[in-house]
Amino acid sequence: MIEFRQVTKRYDSDHTALRQVNFGLERGELAFLTGHSGAGKSTLLKLIMVMERPSAGEVVVGGQVLNRLPRRQIPYIRRHIGVVFQNHQLLFDRTVFDNVAMPLEVMGASPRDTGRRVRAALDKVGLLQKEKMNPMQLSGGEQQRVGIARAVVNKPPVLLADEPTGNLDPALSADIMNLFGQFSQVGVTVLIATHDIALINEMGRRTLKLDHGRLVTGGASVIGGGASGR
Amino acid sequence: MAADSRKKSQPARGANKARSPWREQAESYFTHHRKVAEDSARRLWRNPVASLMTWTVMGVALALPVALLLLLTSLQGVSAGWESSARVTAYIELDVPLERARVLSNDIAGDGRVAGVELVDRDQALAEFRASSGLEDALDYLEDNPLPHTLLITPEEGARSTEGVEGLVRFIEGMEGVERVQVDLGWLQRLNAMTDLLARAVWALAILLAAAVVLVIGNTVRLSIESRRDEILVAKLVGGTDSFVRRPFLYTGAWFGLGGGVVALILLQMSLWWLSGPIERLAGLYRSDFSLDGLQFDGALALIIVAMLLGWLGAWVAVKRHLDDMEPGDIAGSG
Repeated sequence: MIEFRQVTKRYDSDHTALRQVNFGLERGELAFLTGHSGAGKSTLLKLIMVMERPSAGEVVVGGQVLNRLPRRQIPYIRRHIGVVFQNHQLLFDRTVFDNVAMPLEVMGASPRDTGRRVRAALDKVGLLQKEKMNPMQLSGGEQQRVGIARAVVNKPPVLLADEPTGNLDPALSADIMNLFGQFSQVGVTVLIATHDIALINEMGRRTLKLDHGRLVTGGASVIGGGASGR
Repeated sequence: MAADSRKKSQPARGANKARSPWREQAESYFTHHRKVAEDSARRLWRNPVASLMTWTVMGVALALPVALLLLLTSLQGVSAGWESSARVTAYIELDVPLERARVLSNDIAGDGRVAGVELVDRDQALAEFRASSGLEDALDYLEDNPLPHTLLITPEEGARSTEGVEGLVRFIEGMEGVERVQVDLGWLQRLNAMTDLLARAVWALAILLAAAVVLVIGNTVRLSIESRRDEILVAKLVGGTDSFVRRPFLYTGAWFGLGGGVVALILLQMSLWWLSGPIERLAGLYRSDFSLDGLQFDGALALIIVAMLLGWLGAWVAVKRHLDDMEPGDIAGSG
């Protein structure tokens, strides 16, 4: 589903964020992405979202090589990728329902369809009762769950999360991780960037570890060759 | 818009009613347009003072050239009216007798370009001159009548253009016994030259002011883009196309244009109403039927459409400059 082939990302001559990163994630696989801050976790996620383009190598998502993707095609790729942020990026000028409905709105889904799918997503994260509230009235954990509902409302095959549990206490974090686990069970490829070593150990999943832009563990399982497995 | 493969692969839930998918797509597309249009209008209403100020700026900038154009059209109407009443005066040589003048008069009347000829004989002319000039005593000293027989020629409708009248003048000048032909078109040509010049100046002004309107709207829309930055970033993040993200701002521009056009119309009607009294009095003094006409329905409609197009264009400029290079990359966190 996601494949990096010899990907290098250089911002300018003296700052290289990623060096020859190789790895592949299968459909329905859940993996953690870890490393010290500045190791290139966000850059890696941005490459998948086509917010950045690699300096060398190829990024493949859903069988499509993103390097040569024309600019106008980018939105259609993003519709297949759900993203969850640490600061969840919710809009406080609209209700929980309208926040979650945004990915459907940009796709031009019909209102009937939108209502059904938004409620399904909110039900999944346990916030069906709060659809009419403003996200500001919700707790941190609830806000994060609204963010997750928004990320999965259009059933994307890929789900990325950048420090999704950064601000949450361990019990809430476990809840959220549980949700991610459920998504991977229904075939969604989930990649979670996190510092939270305890959580990673608890989950016991594949872990990609970055160190100064190099992938030191957990690389290349699809392409074969190189260091593989955890 | 959304060629979403997963939508197609869903179980045939949508098939319970006879609604083809493309029709549903089109419906939701128009629903979205309507929603965005309403939402942008509501946002303008929510800031009535700021919106009204923008509308007024735009209204003034639009009303000025339109008022000048109206004035110009009225002036051109006046000169056209005078042109149609242009008369050619032919003075017969002094030694030509009245009978010969009558023959000349009939000859000219027979020409296709001439609507009518009036013969003023020299005695009649002297009598009129004596009556109107107040120079009776001076005239008494003259032995002979110094005035010639005169023909007042009214050209046919079709020959009332400048070229037509000039051709007619050449024809009459060529006749035997005609001393001089006079046609007072000089001042008319000057007026025409002046209105032509004025027309160019007005159009130049109109273009400048239209550019100003585009820039004002562009700047206002830029501020609105800044204030909705988060929303734009999230929309781009979840796969909103450029046209999706632009749409609300383009509608905002069009609504600014609509308001500006309406303000311009109101300003025009008010100034017309205010000026109508003095203009009537002035025109009365010149015995002219000059009147300053307001915009008709189609003119008003055209003004509003042009205003909306300018607003839309202004929004487009802002959107092109500020929205397209806004990328969600910077909200993706650090690390």
